[in-house]
Amino acid sequence: MELRVRALEKILVEKGYVETAALDRIIESYETKVGPHIGARVIAKAWSDPSFRRSLLEDATKAVSTLAEVGRVGEHLVAVENTPQLHNMVVCTLCSCYPWDVLGLPPVWYKSFAYRSRVVKEPRAVLADFGVVLPASTEIRVWDSTAETRFLVVPMRPAGTDGWNETKLASLVTRDCMIGTGLPKNPGEVA
Amino acid sequence: MDGIHDMGGMDGFGKVAPEPNEPPFHEPWEGRMLAMNRAVRGLGAWNIDVDRYGIESLPPRVYLTSSYYERWFLRTVRLLAERGLVGADEMEAGRALRPGKDMGRGAFAPADVERVMRRGSYGRPAQAPAQFKIGDRVRAKNIHPKSHTRLPRYVRGHVGVVERVQGCCVFPDAVVAGKGEDPQWLYTVRFDARELWGADADPTVKVSVEAFEPYLEHV
Repeated sequence: MELRVRALEKILVEKGYVETAALDRIIESYETKVGPHIGARVIAKAWSDPSFRRSLLEDATKAVSTLAEVGRVGEHLVAVENTPQLHNMVVCTLCSCYPWDVLGLPPVWYKSFAYRSRVVKEPRAVLADFGVVLPASTEIRVWDSTAETRFLVVPMRPAGTDGWNETKLASLVTRDCMIGTGLPKNPGEVA
Repeated sequence: MDGIHDMGGMDGFGKVAPEPNEPPFHEPWEGRMLAMNRAVRGLGAWNIDVDRYGIESLPPRVYLTSSYYERWFLRTVRLLAERGLVGADEMEAGRALRPGKDMGRGAFAPADVERVMRRGSYGRPAQAPAQFKIGDRVRAKNIHPKSHTRLPRYVRGHVGVVERVQGCCVFPDAVVAGKGEDPQWLYTVRFDARELWGADADPTVKVSVEAFEPYLEHV
C-alpha cells in the first residue's frame, strides 16, 4: 500500500495538482494541532462557567468560537449534556463523521464495523467493551451523525473537584467521554 | 444505495476494541493518503458527498476486507480517473504521462491548507417553509434509492419524533445525482429502540438520525 500511495503522490505532484509541502502541513496539523485537548478545554469551561455552559448547549459552534484558544469551528456543532438520568453516545453508522475540529481524527474503533453496527442496537453492550457500566435505569441516547451536524458529549463533572481551575478540570476530560463511550477520569487519577 | 456501508444494526462484527494511546496515523502512508484526499477536494475536484459515495460504491467484498485508508486510496484513485484527472495508465506506470488538467486555481499549496482544515459550511437559505415542527410524529419513508442517500436502512419505515430543526442544508442525495445543492430542511428525529428493534429491545434506549425533509412523511 505504501508504494501505491507514494506513486499516487508522485503523479499528483508531477501533474501540478498538489505541492508536497501542503500535504506535509495537513499531516502536521492533524498530528500536532487538532486533537481532543481542544474539546477538553471546552468541557472544562462548561463545567466552571454556567453562562458558557448555557451558550454551549444553545449553539455550540458559536460558543466554542468565542474561546480565544480554540477559534472558529465548523457549523452545526451540537453539544449534548449527560445527566444522572441520561447518557449520550455519538456514532456515524454510514461512514466516519466526527467532530474532528474539536476532537481531532477519529480513533480506529470509532470507524470500525463493530462500533458502527452495534451501538445503535445494543449501546450497553458496547459500553461494556469500554468497561463502562451505567445504572439500568439511565436512559441512553445514541446520536447517529447522518448529516453535517456534529455532536460533542458534555459529560458530568466528577465529584470531588470543587475549586479546581479549568486547566486541572481539562485533565479529567478524555476523548472517549466526549464521544460517550467513556466517563471522565476520577480526581484521584490526576491529582 | 442499499450498500454494505449502511451498517447500523448488523450483527457479527464482534466486540469494539479500543486501542490505548492511539496515534493519529498508524503508518506514514495513511497520513499522506488523508492529506492527498483533502488537497484534491480543496482543488474543487469533487465535494464531500461525492467522496462518501465513492467509498459506498466499492464492491462489498473490497469494502469489508480493506482498511479505512485503503478504502480512501481506492476511492480517490477511482474518482481521479472518472474525472479525467489521473489516468489508469498513469497509476499503472507510477508517473505522470500527461500534463494535469487545469483546475483553475493552480496547485494546492501550503497557503490553501488553513481553508481545508475548517469544516465546510452546509447551511443554505430555505427554498420553502419547513413541513415539520418539533414534537411532530414522522415516519422515515420506506425508500431504496440506487444512488447516494443519508437515510440509514435501520430507520426506514419507522416512526419517530422531530426533536430539533437543524435549518436548511445542502442535500447530499441531490449533489451526488448531479442536481446541485437543492437545500432541504434537516431534522433530528428520535426513535425508541423498541420501534426500531422490536419488543425485546432495551426500553431505556433512544436513537436519533439527522433526516432531510424528503426522507420523512407525516404520520
